[in-house]
Amino acid sequence: MPREPIKLPQRVESLSVLAADGRIDADLEPALDPADLRRLYRTMLASRRLDERALALQRQGRLGTYGPSRGQEAASLGVAYALGKDDWLVPTFRETAGLLWRGWPMQTWLLYWGGFEAGNVPPAGVHDLPIAVPIASQCQYGMGVAWGCKLRGEGRVCATFCGDGGTSEGDFHEALNFAGVYNLPLVTVIQNNHWAISIPRSRQTASQTLAQKALAYGMDGVQVDGNDILAMIVATREAVEKARTGGGPTLIEAVTYRMSMHTTADDPKKYRTEDEVKAWEPRDPLLRFRAYLHKKGLLDESTAGALDAEIAAEIDQAVRQYEQYRQDPAEFLRHMYAELTPELQAQQAELQAYLERKHAPTPAPVP
Amino acid sequence: MAQLTMVKALNLALAEAMRENPNVLVLGQDVGQDEGVFRVTEGLLQEFGPNRCIDTPLAEAAIVGGGVGLAFTGFLPVCELQFDGFSFQAFHQVENHVRRFRNRTRGRYTCPLVIRMPYGGGIRAVEHHSEAPEATYAHLAGLKVVIPSGPRNARALLRAAIYDPDPVIFFEPKAVYRAFREEVPDEPETMPIGKGVVARPGKDVTLITYGAMLRVALDAAEELADDHNVDAEVLDLLSVSPLDGELINESVRRTGRAVVVHEAPRHCGVGAEIVARIVEGSLLYLEAPVKRVTGYDTIIPYFQNELTYLPDPARVVAAALETVRF
Ligand SMILES: Cc1ncc(C[n+]2csc(CCOP(=O)(O)OP(=O)(O)O)c2C)c(N)n1
Ligand SMILES: [Mg+2]
Repeated sequence: MPREPIKLPQRVESLSVLAADGRIDADLEPALDPADLRRLYRTMLASRRLDERALALQRQGRLGTYGPSRGQEAASLGVAYALGKDDWLVPTFRETAGLLWRGWPMQTWLLYWGGFEAGNVPPAGVHDLPIAVPIASQCQYGMGVAWGCKLRGEGRVCATFCGDGGTSEGDFHEALNFAGVYNLPLVTVIQNNHWAISIPRSRQTASQTLAQKALAYGMDGVQVDGNDILAMIVATREAVEKARTGGGPTLIEAVTYRMSMHTTADDPKKYRTEDEVKAWEPRDPLLRFRAYLHKKGLLDESTAGALDAEIAAEIDQAVRQYEQYRQDPAEFLRHMYAELTPELQAQQAELQAYLERKHAPTPAPVP
Repeated sequence: MAQLTMVKALNLALAEAMRENPNVLVLGQDVGQDEGVFRVTEGLLQEFGPNRCIDTPLAEAAIVGGGVGLAFTGFLPVCELQFDGFSFQAFHQVENHVRRFRNRTRGRYTCPLVIRMPYGGGIRAVEHHSEAPEATYAHLAGLKVVIPSGPRNARALLRAAIYDPDPVIFFEPKAVYRAFREEVPDEPETMPIGKGVVARPGKDVTLITYGAMLRVALDAAEELADDHNVDAEVLDLLSVSPLDGELINESVRRTGRAVVVHEAPRHCGVGAEIVARIVEGSLLYLEAPVKRVTGYDTIIPYFQNELTYLPDPARVVAAALETVRF
């Protein structure tokens, strides 16, 4: 009869391990193999440098419209690290660091943004899914992958990414609802970078946090400092472990910041202040991780310099491979169906004739 | 008279309708502070405030579904969808409600909204940003589907769409947005939805097209005249539903030959309907089979290869010559 607050079995908590000023919560600090720490740092740095190079290439007209991931490297990298090789990673389009960790070659990333379908094809041995542009649509098939993992009973897990803006789409909610209903081994990671093009987080949803949306679907939610690689690893490990052992889905809100423009077609000066961006600079995930490794004695000036050179060479090589990539102009007809339909066979002939005409030398003018 | 790009002309149509009629609202992603990703809504937030130029959360179905409800309460919503490829996120609202309410309620409730979106390829965009889904919408009875080809008709048709008592899907060819300027009269101007125009008169073959392909057809017509002594007539349909069958048949009866040009895939494209209208209306006037120059029956290739996919003047010229030499 009385009015009472309802007690929910699920929890929403916040998590940070390594603060921006270098302070660390020793109880929460994960015990990571130094070799892993070095590799994580290398990948984060490579992601940052690749992102910078992609931006430069776009400005020189050598790449298409590009969506930078500057400042968001820790979020996807921490998740990728916590996944097993046989687990699935379902990205949207700012998971550069995570995809590099999973073994996607740099040139594949460049091929995608350079306007080639080949940029969607994972290398042998990697079964992650390619970039998804229709916002939050990937939440649905990521949920389906988790569903398949559960039905197959092989203990595999799926991690799916979306943005803060993505949480407004129906697809996001439908996917989370199914995950709750079927108790799926799904970890949904929201990269809350505070902006969806020009719409700030505060006008995307009236919820205080994005993590709390978990409660509506009967799962736990955790709001993690997404610029803290250690916190991302801890949170994802817990979620993955729970999912693997039948504990069901988790929603992770990675709180980060879009340090750059939405894409190279965007002008953020129209809607946000430089001061806001500046305020996030000291929280940069790369600086924080670097300071942590310095303190642990895992990185010094000379190794850092060598690493820079190594990564620059690696990127140069990837850019060369990307720019040397050639695609048969008629290839786009071939992958529509397992077998060419009669319509497409006819169109292929038509296209070949057109291409031959186009590339035929122009006849000498009649005297 | 001012020389405007299509972006500016569309902006003018929105601003003038909002000034005239307090019920006209603009809603969509990034239409306020950012003034639209193509800047079509420039200045609207500043002039009309956040209750009439409304930045929404990221949800196409809510933009359109919400628009339906706003229309029931007397507003004239102009919903902006950010790109053609994301109109499908609102598709169930369009199919289930937007197009049906008039019929379901025998005219008691109607949906006089406009759903605008950037349309088509040719701007080297990332995937899902270069789609040509007009046939999908034209197939849904209850909708009008408009595709302007230049600044002046874009302004006039958007105005017509806003005041049309029925829902209008308004496709704005991205490749035309900033491609050229045109004289646009200062006084509000309108054009009837469902009527095409003769963009270039001619007598030997009729090139039938719309949207960004108008430029391609006009260039082809010039080449046909200069290099082949063929005088092509070019029709700009402006609207694919209703379709101006009268204009098409009148022209084809004079020329006896027709080539349809559109960037959307061929199979069940608007071209198929156009050819059917010609066969029904003018079969015995035809001197040659009607040709279609279209996108292929594929997903439009990523931008490195999109120009292979999109019709160009050379393909149109070749098709026109085939009909002339048949
Ligand atoms: C369904 C859909 N609608 C609109 C867009 C256009 N668009 C691309 S990114 C974006 C904002 C996404 O914001 P958020 O989810 O926060 O991701 P972020 O870009 O910040 O990484 C929009 C509106 C899209 N890609 N897909
Ligand atoms: Mg965002």
